[in-house]
Amino acid sequence: MTRAVEAGLVRPPFLDVEAIEAVYGASILALHDVSLSVARGEIVALVGPNGAGKTTTLRAISNLLGAQRGALRGGTIRWQGEETRRLDPSDLVARGIVQVLEGRHVFGQLTVEENLLTGGYLRRPSRRQLAADLDRVYGWFPRLKERRSARAGLTSGGEQQMVAIGRALMTRPTLLLLDEPSMGLAPIIVAEIFAIIARLNREEGLSVLIAEQSANLVLDHADRAIVLESGRVVASGPSAELAASGRLAALYLGGADAPTRH
Amino acid sequence: MSLFLETLIGGVLAGTLYALVAIGFVLIYKASGVFNYAQGSILLFGALAFVSLKDAGVPVAGALAITVGLLIVTAIAIERLLLRPLTNRSPLTLFMATLGLSYVAEGVAQGFMGSQVRALDLGIEDLPMFLGDIMISQFDLIAAGVAALLVIALSLLFNRTRIGIQLRGVANDTLAALSLGIDINRIWQIVWAVAGLVGLVSGLLWGARQGVQFSLSLVVLKALPVLIIGGFTSIAGAIVGGVVVGAGESLAETYIGPFLGGGITPWFAYALALVFLFIRPAGLLGERQIERV
Ligand SMILES: Nc1ncnc2c1ncn2[C@@H]1O[C@H](COP(=O)(O)OP(=O)(O)OP(=O)(O)O)[C@@H](O)[C@H]1O
Ligand SMILES: [Mg+2]
Repeated sequence: MTRAVEAGLVRPPFLDVEAIEAVYGASILALHDVSLSVARGEIVALVGPNGAGKTTTLRAISNLLGAQRGALRGGTIRWQGEETRRLDPSDLVARGIVQVLEGRHVFGQLTVEENLLTGGYLRRPSRRQLAADLDRVYGWFPRLKERRSARAGLTSGGEQQMVAIGRALMTRPTLLLLDEPSMGLAPIIVAEIFAIIARLNREEGLSVLIAEQSANLVLDHADRAIVLESGRVVASGPSAELAASGRLAALYLGGADAPTRH
Repeated sequence: MSLFLETLIGGVLAGTLYALVAIGFVLIYKASGVFNYAQGSILLFGALAFVSLKDAGVPVAGALAITVGLLIVTAIAIERLLLRPLTNRSPLTLFMATLGLSYVAEGVAQGFMGSQVRALDLGIEDLPMFLGDIMISQFDLIAAGVAALLVIALSLLFNRTRIGIQLRGVANDTLAALSLGIDINRIWQIVWAVAGLVGLVSGLLWGARQGVQFSLSLVVLKALPVLIIGGFTSIAGAIVGGVVVGAGESLAETYIGPFLGGGITPWFAYALALVFLFIRPAGLLGERQIERV
């Protein structure tokens, strides 16, 4: 029915998260039991209300929990068959997983182009390769080319999100972890960014795991969705089915028209 | 008028040395958010190692190479043994750690190299030069030239090299740098090594002027007002701050000193810094964070 299922038939290991439990400090239990998988070439949405554990899940996958005084307390994460527990974030980036942080985190003091370059050095490219990588990112985000010498901190929110994504693309990832790319952006900009992500997925085979609070837009682009609530997976399945079943609306509130939150 | 100019120029030139010391702090503060109390001790350590090697008959180039090597090894050791285990700790903890480090560095220096004052001859003769009827110290002029070259080299490093751009990224947002796979530990080693080299240059220039002795590590106390005036996060600020302090001290000593019976130099910089704290707490050129949404 979907690519997801086709890929599932002959499934080489890609990303497998099994029953992870994550804590912050010594005691704040943020994830109780989260399992999910992403197959090569998929776009998977990770949706759920405020504080559900979406960001924590992504941090666990990219091994950035430690930098937030968090830790994985149980479960395993495998990337292409290899357990990632002992790897540094930089090892994971080198192996093809890169995370675009919630809130964008561009280097505000650096120019747009310098921001992109910071992502490009990991594989020690030649000058020519580096220039080609830059051109490729400018191809996806022509707006960034116009603003290449502007200080990133002075660009618009949408441009900053493009910088953050473009910078991550410079690492030549296989799996992109996107944390709330829509945060604080006008719907039209969000649509533009999602359209680019969808094209990256179609044309370059980039796999994507997107965390979003508001499910309505992201479900249009995702093959599958996983719904988190209070650190647990409460539903999952193909996007279309989830959207049709009305379960999402019952579980929590995706849209602007939604009633109150609990 | 010529007395005024002479005093001003002398002060500005001396100020470049203050600036150099302050730059060592700025580098580390920007990249790792640590106020490195040990910068003065490292400066002393470098200068003392160089003098000891030279006194032991090692040729200048060799002594310089060995000292630079020692400073690089020191930087790597500091990152491994101090910064890495203390990642995620509060700035105060890190500050205390550098306080401890300064005692270790001074202790090691004293243990190996003795505690008497060493003369350091860099082969720069301090002959007065005359510009019209204004007298300028040749040594100060050369020292200022060296400082200027160093600053140019640093700015090329930061703006034109791969390491430099990553380094500015780490300084700007460590978490984002981490998420892109930038090897932060290596960047810290490089920053501490560069700060050590800047310290060595300033240590040698100070040392050549007043001998290499333990009070050299007290130039830290001169750097603090420079940093308050210029801002902790800006190299340009450190330069401006250094020049302001140098010129201010020199002018105050000449024009106000006689009324107060002299001895202004030790405290003048602090008084000036206090004024700046009131009117411009971020320093002249300190970066106010550009808003990230
Ligand atoms: N750095 C941290 N230190 C302590 N607790 C944290 C930290 N980050 C998140 N938490 C806690 O962990 C739980 C999960 O938070 P998380 O940020 O993963 O949720 P989220 O789904 O990303 O929410 P949002 O939609 O608001 O981004 C919450 O209870 C939150 O308070
Ligand atoms: Mg979040």
